[in-house]
Amino acid sequence: MSEYRIQGATGEWEVVIGLEVHAQVTSKAKLFSGAATAFGAEPNTQVSLVDAAMPGMLPVPNRECIRQAVRTGMAIDAQINKWSRFDRKNYFYADLPQGYQISQLYHPLVGEGYLDIALDDKDPENTKRIGVERIHVEQDAGKLMHDQHPTMSYVDLNRSGVALMEIVSKPDMRSPAEAGAYVRKLRSILRYVGSCDGNMEEGSMRADVNVSVRKPGDEFGTRTETKNVNSVRFVMQVIEYEANRQVDVIENGGKVDQETRLFDPDTGTTRTMRSKEDAHDYRYFPDPDLLPLELDDAFIAECRDSLPELPDAKRHRYENELGLTAYNAGQLTADVDVYQRYEAILDATSDKTGKSEKDVATQVANWVLSVAPGVKNATEGAIDAHDTTAANAAIIALSAAGTVSGGQAKEIYEIVLKTGREPDEIAETEGLKQNSDTGAIEAVVDEVLANNADKVEEYRGGKDKLFGFFVGQTMKAMKGQGNPAVVNEILKAKLG
Amino acid sequence: MTELTELTVAAIRKGVAGGDFTAVEVAEAFNANVAAASQLNAFIVATPEKAIEAAQAVDAKRAKGEELGKMGGVPIGMKDLFATNGVQTTAASHMLEGFVPQYESTVSQKLWDAGAGMLGKLNLDQFAMGSSNETSYFGNVISPWRRKDGGNADLAPGGSSGGSSSAVSARLCPAATGTDTGGSIRQPAAFTGITGIKPTYGRCSRWGVVAFASSLDQAGPMARDVTDCAIMLEAMAGFDPKDSTSLDMPVPAWEAALNPDMKGKKVGIPREYRMDGMDPEILKSWDDGIAWLKDAGAEVVDISLPHTKFALPAYYIIAPAEASSNLARYDGVRYGLRDLPEGAGLQDMYAATRADGFGPEVKRRIMIGTYVLSAGFYDAYYNQAQKVRALIARDFEQAWSQCDVILAPTCPSAAFALGDKTSDPLSMYLNDVFAVPASLAGLPAMSVPAGLNSEGLPLGLQIIGKAFDEQGVLNAGLAIEQRAGFTAKPEKWW
Repeated sequence: MSEYRIQGATGEWEVVIGLEVHAQVTSKAKLFSGAATAFGAEPNTQVSLVDAAMPGMLPVPNRECIRQAVRTGMAIDAQINKWSRFDRKNYFYADLPQGYQISQLYHPLVGEGYLDIALDDKDPENTKRIGVERIHVEQDAGKLMHDQHPTMSYVDLNRSGVALMEIVSKPDMRSPAEAGAYVRKLRSILRYVGSCDGNMEEGSMRADVNVSVRKPGDEFGTRTETKNVNSVRFVMQVIEYEANRQVDVIENGGKVDQETRLFDPDTGTTRTMRSKEDAHDYRYFPDPDLLPLELDDAFIAECRDSLPELPDAKRHRYENELGLTAYNAGQLTADVDVYQRYEAILDATSDKTGKSEKDVATQVANWVLSVAPGVKNATEGAIDAHDTTAANAAIIALSAAGTVSGGQAKEIYEIVLKTGREPDEIAETEGLKQNSDTGAIEAVVDEVLANNADKVEEYRGGKDKLFGFFVGQTMKAMKGQGNPAVVNEILKAKLG
Repeated sequence: MTELTELTVAAIRKGVAGGDFTAVEVAEAFNANVAAASQLNAFIVATPEKAIEAAQAVDAKRAKGEELGKMGGVPIGMKDLFATNGVQTTAASHMLEGFVPQYESTVSQKLWDAGAGMLGKLNLDQFAMGSSNETSYFGNVISPWRRKDGGNADLAPGGSSGGSSSAVSARLCPAATGTDTGGSIRQPAAFTGITGIKPTYGRCSRWGVVAFASSLDQAGPMARDVTDCAIMLEAMAGFDPKDSTSLDMPVPAWEAALNPDMKGKKVGIPREYRMDGMDPEILKSWDDGIAWLKDAGAEVVDISLPHTKFALPAYYIIAPAEASSNLARYDGVRYGLRDLPEGAGLQDMYAATRADGFGPEVKRRIMIGTYVLSAGFYDAYYNQAQKVRALIARDFEQAWSQCDVILAPTCPSAAFALGDKTSDPLSMYLNDVFAVPASLAGLPAMSVPAGLNSEGLPLGLQIIGKAFDEQGVLNAGLAIEQRAGFTAKPEKWW
């Protein structure tokens, strides 16, 4: 990938990017209370006395949330701090019942780690290492609703106290594409580990985007922080916009203000939220309601043992053990849903065909990555529930055995998606099977050649292009069910 | 028969269990005393029906031959810092006036489960901040004690558990809950001639107790004698998974193990507690205490707690810092007071609500706390105070190599008159000088009556013990109690 540069009036500018990603921890209960965490519940139905900060209520850490953050740290090869501590971040807002957020400023749970991002889909080995400064756990705030009453705002505390991981990168990214790749990779890892569902639309993952510009080789410039950006595309837009804006400011003789900005998805621009002068003094101090968090060896061992195979390791295994191309391996392992579907269908296909996984791996990969999605997208009235592992494996098995052609496999899949019928039964009753019976095909070929003696002469006289004509006639006579490979083979033999 | 309201917790429990009188009779007697003592202003809310209800349940159990519980048939007063389900809980503030929790604090629930009944919610300094009960939004509590100078100056019952101390010493209840952050059980107990113990930090759950300073707040009993404190503390203490700072240890049988024999025990006398210009009568009571413990068989040793003089300043940084954050939740959004001036926005609502809902002392501490935590001051104040706190804890650790318990005065003076110190917060804070070191170190500490001064006012002696050694504290307290022969009680004038 070529270096990303902003072309200014005074020359080229380099962009420096750091991301703080807030990821909601997958857990049935909140970080310090037993209240539920489901998305989309009626306002204020998932609020305990603790979340509402009633007088005398106390936080008790939820072990599962800590466990998920530790596992996430392990997945990015980070230092796990056996001793960490919670601090209070004090500020007033109507969505913050305690008047402080319980977070970790001084002693985070997870220290330095990294993740490797691929800069080119075609070449997953071409990676750049992005440092992660730390991961700490903290409480989410509630939500204000401004559209419920003409003059008042309402408060929904369902999210209040939900556990977040704040994953802070080093300022190691240098282009919107790198930042996009970082967010996608991080999301992929979180989903593999199962510590966050990575759903950016529902707000389970959002990023604060730190951007500054400098002349290549110079010291870091002054950065701005754009808050709560909730899609990969928006993250990239923010960087693009901010970098150009900052270059303009500097080149026009101005100075970039260190400030917090907001992104407007409608215009693709950012605007000042608050400047450094109005920055809050959060008065961080250790939360006296909580003891320091101390992890014992057994807990850490369990976290490590429960880690799944991670994307990079899986990708390597697909290439080395299953013989997939680097591109296919990269595509299949990028997201947890895709690899899970792939591995399930691979396993079932291997069973069904009696072949090793390696023998069917590429066929299944092609099916999962390109054939099946193509059919599914083109099929109106496809029902997801019909798209079972068994049905996919059955179709691939039919195809692998030569029982159905590629085209027939697609047709069968379309019927499966609409009706949920069995592939074998569809092939049988819908006549979607190819004929590989050499005797029968020979008879048809003989008939076609006999009926077109003139063309046979022309072909033998050197008009090679007529081969397609004979294939077409044969297939037509066989109502399209002839196995093309067998038909070709017999035609070639008969035509000499 | 002795008047029922003159009986101790132990005597009431025994009498109810033995059928000498019913729990309902006891509750009625105390209800009557509460009703007749409105001048003392010890209760914010009286709940006679709750006391009767609990007593009826105990009597019914007895009729069925069931266990009556550690506090079976004993009506008590509940400091209005403990959340009580369905009963207004105010922390003596305008902010929480009318606030009725839908939950019960762990400590109060344990007491009800042990057979106690509630006579009412006791007045206190607002949010437990004060040493004289003058910061309550519901008016100051008056001590039942008067100087014997013929005057009738109203005296402070101490604070913040002033409603508790006043009510116990005036026989409005045989015992009451208190909370102690920097002396709020011990100082009022000393001022009113009763006994109160702050256990080791973490012994009693803080769940459902309106927070003042989380790392210091600790509940404890206030009663007429050491035995009653042991009984009631057993009922209050215990691990609570809802409080992360709760001690996960079994509750010892303190009452059964009470033993005033001090043979083989060493009592430390900290030389730093002997300060310039100290009231000679306080010094005399201290000497009396030393003599009594020697008489009980103890060996007395001089010890040094070198960082004592830094304890009070450290306390008045750490406690307000935590309070400034703990009290941020009172914002008018979800419960309690809301002042929403016409056309006001969120910030205006905060300002109006908090200006109106908090009294001057609470505001003072919120401001101190906010200041010491702010950027640029944090290291100089809060961090420094935490270091001092660690040094004070270390002082005690080192002292324990020389002694088993420490004896000191509870307060530098006897009860002062209401209004005497309200204009000078610092002199008010100085009242806590002997109490706060044990608070900062999280150690169990108790005040027991030592006698009366020349004005006829009670003086208290403080016993500080090792962490988890409430037994050692109670035993030393009992040894003093048996020798002090303190039987004085305030003459009824209300």
